[in-house]
Amino acid sequence: MSLITTLARLEAVSSGRAQPAATVRHRHLSEHPLVFVPLTTAGEAGAPLGALVGTDRDAPRLLVVPQPRDRDQRFAFLAELADVVLPYIDAYGESVETAERSETDPETGKRVKVEVDLCTDAPQLIVPSRAGLDLVRLLGRSMRFRRTAEQEPEAPHPAPPRVPLLGRWLTHFGERARVPGSALLLACTDLLSRHWATGQSSLEDQHLGALLAWIDPPGGESGAEAAHRAERARDERGQLLWPPAGPATDPAFDNKLLAPAIERYDRARTALAAAEDGVEADDRSGEVTAAERRIRDLVEGCTRPTWDAVWRSLDLLRALPEGAHVEDRWTRDRWSFTGHRDRVLAGEPPQPRRDDAVTAAGKLATREREQARLDAQEALDDPLVMAGRRLAGEAFAGEVTDVVMAYGEGRRPSPRPLVTVRTDDRPHLDERVKVYRSLGGKPQAAEFVRYEDGEAGDGTGGGGALVVLRVVDKMGRGKEPEEGSVPEKGDRVCFTLFEHEQRGGAKLPDPERTPWTHGGPPVAAEGPPAADPVTEEDLL
Amino acid sequence: MQPKPLDARALAALAANPGCRRRALLDGAGVDKTALADALGAPSAFGQSQFALVRGNSFEARVKADGGAELLRLVHERLDPAAAPPGSAAVPDLSAVGPEGRTARTALALREATGTGTWALLDHPMLALDVAGSVAFLEPDAVVVHPDGSWTVVEIKSFPMLDGSADAAKVGAAARQAAVYVLALERVAAQLDPAPEVRHRVLLVCPKDFSNLPAASAVDVRKQRAVTRRQLERLTRIEEIADTLPEGTCFAPDLPPEELTAAVEAIPATYAPECLAACELAFHCRARSRGEGAVTSLGRSLRAELGGLTTVDEVLAAAHGRAGDPDDPAVAALRRASALRAEALGGAPC
Repeated sequence: MSLITTLARLEAVSSGRAQPAATVRHRHLSEHPLVFVPLTTAGEAGAPLGALVGTDRDAPRLLVVPQPRDRDQRFAFLAELADVVLPYIDAYGESVETAERSETDPETGKRVKVEVDLCTDAPQLIVPSRAGLDLVRLLGRSMRFRRTAEQEPEAPHPAPPRVPLLGRWLTHFGERARVPGSALLLACTDLLSRHWATGQSSLEDQHLGALLAWIDPPGGESGAEAAHRAERARDERGQLLWPPAGPATDPAFDNKLLAPAIERYDRARTALAAAEDGVEADDRSGEVTAAERRIRDLVEGCTRPTWDAVWRSLDLLRALPEGAHVEDRWTRDRWSFTGHRDRVLAGEPPQPRRDDAVTAAGKLATREREQARLDAQEALDDPLVMAGRRLAGEAFAGEVTDVVMAYGEGRRPSPRPLVTVRTDDRPHLDERVKVYRSLGGKPQAAEFVRYEDGEAGDGTGGGGALVVLRVVDKMGRGKEPEEGSVPEKGDRVCFTLFEHEQRGGAKLPDPERTPWTHGGPPVAAEGPPAADPVTEEDLL
Repeated sequence: MQPKPLDARALAALAANPGCRRRALLDGAGVDKTALADALGAPSAFGQSQFALVRGNSFEARVKADGGAELLRLVHERLDPAAAPPGSAAVPDLSAVGPEGRTARTALALREATGTGTWALLDHPMLALDVAGSVAFLEPDAVVVHPDGSWTVVEIKSFPMLDGSADAAKVGAAARQAAVYVLALERVAAQLDPAPEVRHRVLLVCPKDFSNLPAASAVDVRKQRAVTRRQLERLTRIEEIADTLPEGTCFAPDLPPEELTAAVEAIPATYAPECLAACELAFHCRARSRGEGAVTSLGRSLRAELGGLTTVDEVLAAAHGRAGDPDDPAVAALRRASALRAEALGGAPC
């Protein structure tokens, strides 16, 4: 955490309200995000208890598993989830535009441009918290190897038809969420804490209710009080007024409300199964319905406040103007989405349990590159982020005090003007260190030459250091630099020591050519990957 | 009030915040911190869902079924494949009256099983560990005696091991807990001659993927063992803390809240946000820490950045130039940060 963020947190403490940690919105927000507020059963590996899901804030779809240990009910839940999520995803897969991508020609081995489809927009999934991201990944893993009755008619407990496909999509979303700056799947708490600094620790910021209370405290209350209430307040039955954002439920809720309700449901079902005639069965099925109704009410009571909080968070975030580079990163998300759509359409098998060496190395390289890209782009988009970089000595801003025309020593003299910048910042400059500034959206490079001395405190306006730079590119082909390509005296400029655009790293071999040091080429599996073994007591 | 004995989880948490005298004393004295927190009006948020409990117990029962055949098979496969496969193993009866009795019974069973050249499984043995001047009784899920006479701690957890990997935070917590057991077992081993080896690789057993089948992995706890040993040794002796308290200090939850608060406040605490996940009193300490404006309530890392400035007001006064020595590097950095932040928020061109 930079000192600037620390300061913002401390100011939040003293003012009682969250302070801005960004001046623009650094993540893309879809016009129609799909919000997913899941709940799980404690102690089970992600066994769902219920969820609110949908794109309409006023009409979420409530999905409930009245008896989480019942495999058929879990499958019914997943099938219903697939009915909501898959049409939403498919709708984005249909509208495409033509884009260019460079590919390696298999015959000549050269890089050539090919025209491919790129989806014009991509779906966006929003979950309340980081634990929700993990659950999406877990649900994806639990579903993508399932077999449907169509695939394996003999196998016991076949999964409903679209469940394995949903598993593949959720896995893709979960993997994409690990790429810094991506926005296909976002956690609401991450979004909010990226843009606001609260007066509590980042650990406590994981609580959506408390975080939101700091940012937007209701009715003149201080953020600290509102957050405390959101976190701790319980009603006379000992239940939290603000249920946790999940997916884990509060133990008091489990023990006092949910467990008796599930027990009642089980009893009603046993009684129904034992009914001897139609009249009795009618009565008893009424009881089952009532018991189920009760569980549905409990789950809805637990998820609805979170659902509303997520939408309120989205309102707050939408009020911020979008950063200039956000669109560029969203385009990468669209590529990612299109790529997976194509793999599904091509009938490729689900993502493997473990990546092979080359794929794993590729993913890591991507994440590192995207992290560097995100860091650079956020700084360029947002003066507050840039302030942090300036404080860290990775950038400096100041006024141009002098420009001296000079030329390179090559055969054709090209312009290499010397620009003197007065700055109060303390960049870590060394001889011939490259620095960059943004010129019409493109980076222009310059080299550090020397510090000018004797100038500080000469009465022309404050102290600071005088930095002499030699501009080296983006000035056109002629002998004279193009209009506006060299800073002029009196201009405010901001140079960074980090590069603005990221180059790809060394190319990795194809998976079939994995060297023996890394386990050799992956062994081609016969047929689709094995389904998880099914045991009697297994869950999910 | 019944004293509440220390358990491995509490010990591991204690080692996570060794500077906290409040916790050391209250735990050492066997004060029920949950009841204390309720009485102070800042109830703890810990509790276990009965669903988790049922699932955890049924999984453990399954792992230990048939005289621990499956468990021993996993120990053999993961930790000691060179030894003879465990056909039938001794499962000594460890029941006795009271924790002291069970501890003695466990020590005896361990002594008897060692050197017989066969496998033995101790189901829920009881171990004693001297912590900062008071005895803690610990109950590992199981201890296995190998044919070569060495001992292994087994930890059974109900979080899943998915495709061979589990949640790193949970595995870390399990390893810290197991390290405490290893330390306690080493004390028992030291009393035997020749002292048997306590293996530093423990066996972590979790449900495999989404099933109820056990999957196991060996976890090296040398690092956790070293850390825990060091922390436990440097825990301030409880008598020394107690000596600094006023005469007659009492932590009975039925005292009036003011008296109780005063009693608790008499022992200094070291609150950090991490406490929220580990200590029953955390909400009380947090309220106090915030009330004092301590910057640590926002995170430990802040302290490192802010040098000698420990309260929110001090830091802000220094940042805004109202106080502080401008030659102090922390103050100078704060002022620069404050100026840069103001400039950025003021919309100055960049």
